Amino acid sequence: MSLGKEFTKGIIKENPIFIMLLGMCPVLAVSSSVINGLGMGVAATAVLVASNIAVSALRKIIPDSIRIPCFIVIIASFVTIVDLSVKAYSPALSQSLGIFIPLIVVNCIILGRAEAFASKNGVLGSILDALGMGIGFTLSLVVLSAVREVLGAGEFLGNSLFGAGFQPALIMILPPGAFLALGCLLGLINLKQQKSSQAERS
Amino acid sequence: MGKIFVIVVSAVLVNNIVLSQFLGICPLLGVSKKLSPAFGMSAAVGFVMVLASAMSWIVQNWILVPMGIEYLQTIAFILVIASLVQFVEMVVRKMSPALYKALGVYLPLITTNCAVLGTAITNINADYNLLEAVINGAANAAGFALALILFSGLRERLDEVTVPASLAGTPIALVTAGIMAMAFLGFSGLL
Repeated sequence: MSLGKEFTKGIIKENPIFIMLLGMCPVLAVSSSVINGLGMGVAATAVLVASNIAVSALRKIIPDSIRIPCFIVIIASFVTIVDLSVKAYSPALSQSLGIFIPLIVVNCIILGRAEAFASKNGVLGSILDALGMGIGFTLSLVVLSAVREVLGAGEFLGNSLFGAGFQPALIMILPPGAFLALGCLLGLINLKQQKSSQAERS
Repeated sequence: MGKIFVIVVSAVLVNNIVLSQFLGICPLLGVSKKLSPAFGMSAAVGFVMVLASAMSWIVQNWILVPMGIEYLQTIAFILVIASLVQFVEMVVRKMSPALYKALGVYLPLITTNCAVLGTAITNINADYNLLEAVINGAANAAGFALALILFSGLRERLDEVTVPASLAGTPIALVTAGIMAMAFLGFSGLL
């Protein structure tokens, strides 16, 4: 596979959220506003890129039988770095993402990419793979949180959209709204895929 | 006594770990297609969650805090949980082959279950003592079991009905979980 493809596959064809359904916990939890979604996406992308580089560079040194514990320690170290940096430079974001920054450690996307890609491929490919997956993750998170913020608060990035008379559907920024919005978005994506595969056949 | 009651009601019903804190969504979607694996997964998670709550509290308060290295919390906890899971797996395999047969496949999955690590970190953030941490772990495990078992019961029923083709599978499961979360929202007046 060419390097360009390594980069683009994570954004659409193997999108970690909408297609692979990986790393759902932070997606549902932090998507109540666009700024939180964006922050989470960037934090996860940073960890993903750094851990992919480290795993790929060390792949010939790490013995096969203990590779999973090694990957987890590498990932946990980078998560600690990101956690401390967010606390230092953006305390407000750290407050609203809360426990979900340390929980990036157990995000299946990151361990999944280390195991499925970085442990078998070179450093450059692993960086592109991580960037593509990270951008795909961030974009989907922004789309989902935009839907929830617009419907649930009538705002986008904190700016009021509809004027004073608008009654937002508060349920969309409460926990049930996360499940409903993601379910409906996945349904729409399936509908579009089915339509296009029907169009190909006829 | 009162504080312990509040911890239990809050963890099981009001702030249900799955439906309102969004921890452990992967097993909720992954092992909820049939009822019996849901029971197995709940039991395995409960077992590990109680042990992990106790162990992580001990590591935090007896090792990390005295040495002034609290920033290593994430690394220390994930290692505690991973080795605990390995240990539980070995013990269960030796002591009770029947139980191992029932839980064995779910045990390795628990290392990357964010509910376990999430509970461990919450215990520390909330400043619980050892007893409260263990009770919070057990209550969170009960909340996880409640949500997972109810949800897999619903999904078994969903198999029997016709669902629009584009919603079949995960999308309808997520919408169902959303409606369940709405029902659990009704408990929020309890505390």
